[in-house]
Order: sequence, then C-alpha cells, then structure tokens
Amino acid sequence: MIENRPVLAFLTHLVLIVGVVIVVFPVYLAFVASTHGSGDFMRGLVPLLPGPHLIENYSFMLNEGISSAGAPPLWIMLLNSLVMAISIAVGKIIISILSAYAIVFFRFPFRMVAFWIIFITLMLPVEVRIIPTFKVVADLGMLNSYPGLIIPLIASATATFLFRQFFLTVPDELMEAARVDGAGAMKFFRDILLPLSRTNIAALFVILFIYGWVQYLWPLLVTTDSRYYTIVMGIKRLAATADSEPQWNFVMAAVMLAMLPPVLVVIFMQRLFVKGLVETEK
Amino acid sequence: MQAKRTTFPNKFLPYWLLVPQLAVTLIFFIWPAVQALKSSFEREDPFGFKTTFVWFENYRRLLIDPMYVGSLGKTAVFAFSVTALSMSLSLILAVAVNRVLRSNRAYTTLLVWPYAVAPVVVGILWWFMFNPTIGIAPYLLRGMGIDWNHRVDGNQAMIFVVMAASWKQISYNFLFFVAGLQSVPQSQIEAAAIDGAGPFKRFWTIVFPLLAPTTFFLLIVNINYAMFDTFGIIDATTQGGPAQATNILVYKVYTDGFLGLNIGSSSAQSVILMIIVIALTAIQFRYVERRIQY
Repeated sequence: MIENRPVLAFLTHLVLIVGVVIVVFPVYLAFVASTHGSGDFMRGLVPLLPGPHLIENYSFMLNEGISSAGAPPLWIMLLNSLVMAISIAVGKIIISILSAYAIVFFRFPFRMVAFWIIFITLMLPVEVRIIPTFKVVADLGMLNSYPGLIIPLIASATATFLFRQFFLTVPDELMEAARVDGAGAMKFFRDILLPLSRTNIAALFVILFIYGWVQYLWPLLVTTDSRYYTIVMGIKRLAATADSEPQWNFVMAAVMLAMLPPVLVVIFMQRLFVKGLVETEK
Repeated sequence: MQAKRTTFPNKFLPYWLLVPQLAVTLIFFIWPAVQALKSSFEREDPFGFKTTFVWFENYRRLLIDPMYVGSLGKTAVFAFSVTALSMSLSLILAVAVNRVLRSNRAYTTLLVWPYAVAPVVVGILWWFMFNPTIGIAPYLLRGMGIDWNHRVDGNQAMIFVVMAASWKQISYNFLFFVAGLQSVPQSQIEAAAIDGAGPFKRFWTIVFPLLAPTTFFLLIVNINYAMFDTFGIIDATTQGGPAQATNILVYKVYTDGFLGLNIGSSSAQSVILMIIVIALTAIQFRYVERRIQY
C-alpha cells in the first residue's frame, strides 16, 4: 500500500464483508432449511438458525428420495451427475488435444477447413438449436442413455484453442530433437507433449467438470427415465412439487447435495480453477 | 494460420486425429443448425404430413408478433441489467480485494465458489429466499412497506431474475477483474501518488482506463451469459411469467418449440439467436486478440 489510511482500510474490509454476506446468504438459508423438520415451515417464516434434523434429512434424501415427486434416491442422481461430468471432461480433453495436435504439428489439405468447423461450435450453444439436436439424438436412439447425455456435449472449441495455444509455445527444437532420435508422431505426442501438457490438462479438467455438472437443459430434454436423471435436473422436479406439500427441508437438502461436489472442487483446486478459467477464455 | 516450422510427414494420421472432434461437431452441431435453418423457411401442416416452403414467412410473422417483440425487449433489459449490476459489484469487490494484503486469499475463496453453482440451483435458492409465502426477503420488504409478490407483479419478477442471474456471475467477473488489476503497473500508481493523487483519483485516472480491455471483454461475455446461460434460472424462478414479463428469447424458443411444438416459428427463433451469438463471438474475437497491451 502506498499510504496508510485507516478509514479506507476499514471501508475496504466492510465492502468485502458485505460482498461475502451477499454471496453466502442464499446458500446459508438453504442450509438452515435443510436441517429442520417439515413442520418448522408451517409457522409462515423460514427459520434462521440450524435445526437438529441435519443427518436425518440428508440420509432420507440420499437413500429414499421422494418418489411421489418422481425423484429417485439422490445417490443414483449424484452418481449419474458424476458419470456425466467426468465423461464430458475427459471426452472433451481427449478429442480436443488430438485435434489440436493435428492442427499444429501437421500440414495437410483442408487444415483450415477443419479449424473453422471446430471454431463454429463456439457459435452454436445447445440453447439455440434445441429441437433439431434433440431430433438427431432421438433418431440415433440415444435418448435415456449415458452416450446421449454425454457425446453431444463433448465437442469443444475452447479446449482445442487452449491446447493449440500451448502447443505453439512448445519449442520447435524439442520436436526436431525427437525426430533426429527417431521418434514417430505418436511417440512424440505420448512421451513428450502429453507430459508437458499436464498442468493444462488438470486446469481444463476442473473447468470442464463444472461445465458437465451444471448442465440442465440437455439432461432435461434427453432423459425421461428416472434412472438417468442427473441431480441438477432432478432437484428442479422436486422443487416444483415443494410448494403444494411443504417439504422444504428435503428439497433444500437435495440442493445442498447438488451444489457440494463442484463447489468443493473450486475451493480445493482454486489455483487450477483460476488458471483454467482465465486461460480458456482468452 | 500458424503451424510449426517443421511438421511431421504423416499423410493420413492428422485426419484420424481429427475424426472424433469433427464427427461430433458435424453430427450434433452443424447438421442440427442446418436443419434449423431449413425448417425456419418451411411450414408444417398440423398433422406433419406435408411441409411447404414459405420463404421468410416465419420470420415476418415473428417480427410482427407483439409477444416476440416484447420478448426481444425483455431480453435487452435483462441482459443490460445483469451485465451492469454484476460487473459493477464485481469491480468494487475486486478493487477492495486488491487493496487487502494479508487476507485476500480468504476473501477470494469466499467470493469465487458461486461459479460452480448450476444456474437452475441458483434459481431455486433465490426462489426460496423470495418465496411470497415463507421467504425471508418478502417478509423483510413488507416491514419496509413494500408488498413483494413476483408472481403477480411483472416488474418485481424482472428485478428478481436480474438479481439471481447477477449473483451467479459475480464470481466470474471478480476473478477477471482481479487478474486485470494485478497487471496494472505499480510504478504508475506510485508516480501518481507522489504527484499527490488520492486513492479515488488514482483509480479513475489510471487503474480504470488500464482495465478497459478486461471490462470490454467481460461486457461481451456477460451479455452472452445473460442471453443464453440463464435458461435454468428463469425455469426455476418465474418460468417466463407473470404474463411474459420475464420470457427472454432463449426461454421462449424452448417453450414454443418443445412445449408448444411450433417448429417453424421456433426454428426461425433459433436462427435469430444463432445470428446474435455469431455477432457476439465475432466482436469478442475481433477485439479480444488485442487484449491487455499496456
């Protein structure tokens, strides 16, 4: 700091504390609601301090779920979300690193065409081509299946660009040395390029895992069978029925469980998360 | 476009490497987009037996449909408000964190995690907080003399979804502003301090102009976010209501096409959305390449 101004320092902390309160409060409210019994919501106002039913509510939701609301036990949905998020992240990384490798380290006809086809995916998010994409997936018989949840989402321009950017910074001498030593294209990729890309892959994995976990519209469209519900879309169904029969405690327990895995990833892998976020958006 | 000075001589390998990415892109991105473009020029009879080519009839109908034009307006208001609210809050927080020496890591951790909360979950959290029967916010507002019911009042519903959508985006903007602030050269700030500029003057005359590239980049990203990634928030809070007050374009495409089964109109809406995304992406890439050049 350049000068010492106690008033300004106090203001700074005040701003930050208010900011943190704004960010945390909605979640705190949900957490408190998830620790009460159903009857506590009858009085007409949400309680503001945690109640005694924490373990009871969470284990009920995890093991039994609310079948009247069309929600299977949460552990099934959590598992589906985990499968979906990890497969999307791994799938995107694999196909992107391969295509970036092809684009940077080879010269071949239609290289630019391939690059532009990949680039176009940036401009076509699921939200703007809902019906025709749904139709393609339905025609391929992939509704209500893991491939249907995963494969349509694994093309990734941003990941390809990130790897391309990184590959361009790899010194040419490295590749020349490898070729002099007689390494082929795939050996160079496996033994030199992949180990060099480790941090990039890890950072990207964090971002893409979150991307996969928070998907909502796509699972909503392609799954009608509750065995394939992901947690993020499943709690929406729960919440829709909560107004008629007050089961706020159970709904909010589900909300907390849906939030927890990706939030923990952000908190514990903050360095990788920030790196991934800032670099994929460049 | 750049490639390496020396490349591998393999003739077919690069194509094999590209096959997975291109296959997914062609089947699930480009083909559906072409289909949307095609059916936006067609009309299907009610039983789906016959489709006729109708040129721009679907577009013409959309653009004279007061519901659609209204939705365009709502989207503009929504995107602008979310961008302004979320970016200004984030900038204030980022500047504050940048001033703090010891505890900035703790504050950062406490501020960034909403990035990982799914939009639909954000919607549910805010819906719970603002629930007209048991929510805490309407209760407090009633104490201040404001009768809150976003299920009836369209303006309140809009304010409500703007707040929820901005809340989620704070963490993202915050991280980019912090990164931008850290690249502002300390020497210039010190020079200004020696010349007698106070903290606020220093911010407005040195730091803020140097942040312009970050701000511009975030502007585009936030508009994009508000227009396309907020589907879950709308779906979990207002579902476009009351009386279309929060029916933004991306939600309308879904309700018209998937629930209303009006394929021609929905396709035309999709194509208009694609044009908007293409324009935003083009602006982003045109200018982002020249980001942070100071």
